[in-house]
Amino acid sequence: MTIPDLVISKLPMQVTPADWPGGYWWHWLFFTVVLIIFVLCMVMGAIYIERRGMGRMQSRLGPNRTGPFGLLQPVADALKVLLKENIVPDAADKLVHWLAPIVAFVPVLLILTVIPFQNGALLADLNIGILFIVAVSSIATVGMFMAGWGSSNKYSLLGAMRNVAAVVSYEIPLVLAVVGVVLCAGSLSMNCIVLSQDIPYILLQPLGFLLFFMAACAEINRSPFDLTEADSEIVAGFHTEYSGMKFAMFYLVEYAEAIAFSAIITTLFLSGWRGPLLPPWLWFLIKTLIVFFAMVWTRTTLPRVRIDQLMALAWKFLFPLALINLFITAIQVLVWPDALPWTMVIINIVLMVVLVLLWSKFFKLGWGRVEV
Amino acid sequence: MTTTEMMTLKTEPFVLNFGPVHPSTHGVYRMRATLDGEVVLDIEPVFGYLHRGIEKLAEERTFSGFVPLTDRLDYISSMSNNLGYCLSVEKLAGIEVPERAEYIRVIMAELQRLVNHAIAVGTFLNDCGAYMTPVVYMLREREKILDLFDMVCGQRLTYNYMRIGGVSQDIPDEFLPALRRLVNQMFFFIEEMERLLKQNEILLARTKGVGILSRETAINCSISGPVARGSGVKWDLRRADPYSIYDRFDFDIPTAEVGDCYDRYRIRIEEMRQSLHIIEQAMKQIPSGPVRADVPHLIRPPVGEAYAHIEAPKGELGFYLVSDNSIAPYRCHVRPTSLINLTALREMVRGWKVADLIVIFGSIDICLGEVDR
Repeated sequence: MTIPDLVISKLPMQVTPADWPGGYWWHWLFFTVVLIIFVLCMVMGAIYIERRGMGRMQSRLGPNRTGPFGLLQPVADALKVLLKENIVPDAADKLVHWLAPIVAFVPVLLILTVIPFQNGALLADLNIGILFIVAVSSIATVGMFMAGWGSSNKYSLLGAMRNVAAVVSYEIPLVLAVVGVVLCAGSLSMNCIVLSQDIPYILLQPLGFLLFFMAACAEINRSPFDLTEADSEIVAGFHTEYSGMKFAMFYLVEYAEAIAFSAIITTLFLSGWRGPLLPPWLWFLIKTLIVFFAMVWTRTTLPRVRIDQLMALAWKFLFPLALINLFITAIQVLVWPDALPWTMVIINIVLMVVLVLLWSKFFKLGWGRVEV
Repeated sequence: MTTTEMMTLKTEPFVLNFGPVHPSTHGVYRMRATLDGEVVLDIEPVFGYLHRGIEKLAEERTFSGFVPLTDRLDYISSMSNNLGYCLSVEKLAGIEVPERAEYIRVIMAELQRLVNHAIAVGTFLNDCGAYMTPVVYMLREREKILDLFDMVCGQRLTYNYMRIGGVSQDIPDEFLPALRRLVNQMFFFIEEMERLLKQNEILLARTKGVGILSRETAINCSISGPVARGSGVKWDLRRADPYSIYDRFDFDIPTAEVGDCYDRYRIRIEEMRQSLHIIEQAMKQIPSGPVRADVPHLIRPPVGEAYAHIEAPKGELGFYLVSDNSIAPYRCHVRPTSLINLTALREMVRGWKVADLIVIFGSIDICLGEVDR
């Protein structure tokens, strides 16, 4: 059996045409509105979950004054931020400073255009969906770098530089981890990837999931890789000089990215909208929020790594493991295409444990001092 | 111009201003850091944003009237400041302190050490980037101790509890049982924190070997307290020059070898344990009796000078007083622990990254009220 045959044979046959509810333009309008509302609502929910969840984990209450259980806290935050004065530094590059939040926000919306909320329910069922995500998600970095550069503030510039370095490095393990999934699914389309997950890929690709989760955390600046806005070091990083609505945009980007990457992880590894009993879109939401909660959890638990350690982790730990993972997956798909999934699950989990333990023996963080 | 020359970007060091308003300068400390990218080439500290002229104010007040102002020096550990100042006046005027008052003072000073180290470790981990979690847990424990302080003197931050020749009032009856409960809880709490943090991989990577202060430098810069002991200097005034009644207690002085940030953090945790042991012993031995010697309010010490120093939580805290037989000190000088410990900062941070600069700075544990006075 040749490789193209193999890929074609693995393509799921049942793909609903993504043209509901009707014509091309109606479809476009409907999903655009849905996406924007989805992002805004999810961000509010995410902020609430993060603040309350962190409160619980830190033996305090969290915001509980606005509305029942503090549910209106995100609304109050948004209102406050909207009413704030918009301050632009004198020395700032005004155009870049103004444009940066938009450049950072749009890619996040674009990511969500190819994420299926249930079977066929997505703005554009691109046959290169995941490739599109990989391409588009890095554009947010340009926005953040514009913010850092345009503010003409040294803290901002340091944060922006760190962000670029982190994203450039972590794109590689991120993409390599995705390729493992794509090999298993035999398709780049997000909907097909979900349809092909009879068992979630978190079980078939445990190492890939681990790599993707860590790289995603670095990519969207969640702790322990939040060097871009390391509040104890460089104040607020690239958005130090932002206030008012433009700051709100960056705040939105931060959480929207977290939600978007949770959605990607859900789609790639947690079998997306599939699940028993509950309606598919609800499964999708639940899984996304669970992944987001894991991010909140790591944020409250772990200290931050240093920039050289961040780089070392990407290049010395994640990158080799991602290559090995890709290699193993490719062999498995080629040699035993019809093997029982559950045997593969056990083999892969054992492999993951062995590889991670082995590699952490090789991987030592340096002392990081430079002679001056 | 060759292609290589055109492609090579020119770089140069730049000056980044940390503070006085910055999340991690623990107040209004300011340092002008010269950076080469992320690497710290040099730092230049700038002091004085919190200068209130406390030493000068002492000359305008009576001896006993200066006690509340000592609260404002290192406001994290006011009790220790009270103690240091009162010891100095007592040395100057030759006042005997009743037995019970000595014990109460020791208990308060050691509780204060617990409070200070809890805050120091918590904020240090916050500087490492553990977003708020350890510091909130530490503050929770600190609150319990502050409740005890509240019980004895009605204050939670600036206690003004010690008086020349004793303490302002006796401890209430319910204090000792509450203290007993607290001590038992604290042992468990320290174990819990140890389990959470001692072996944390990221914490080890961030602090092990970072910001090493050699034993020689520590001695040459007259560093004291946990910072010096972290560098292997076995120097604790409670042992080296026992004041009050510290010679009656049995406790260890933890020291470490390497002198990095991790060692300083470990020393603080160990010292919290030792403080609890001292408190336990003091609770067993505490006698009954008066808590304040018969000292006139407007005390006129004989002409002369005195220097008394104590092992404050942050290190050696000294008060130097000169009397001209009037009701106010002729001159008062404070040996500020934080300021002197800060002098070694430049040696420690050079060559490390910006992130390490913050961590090393946090590991020294300073209080700006004391640095600028």
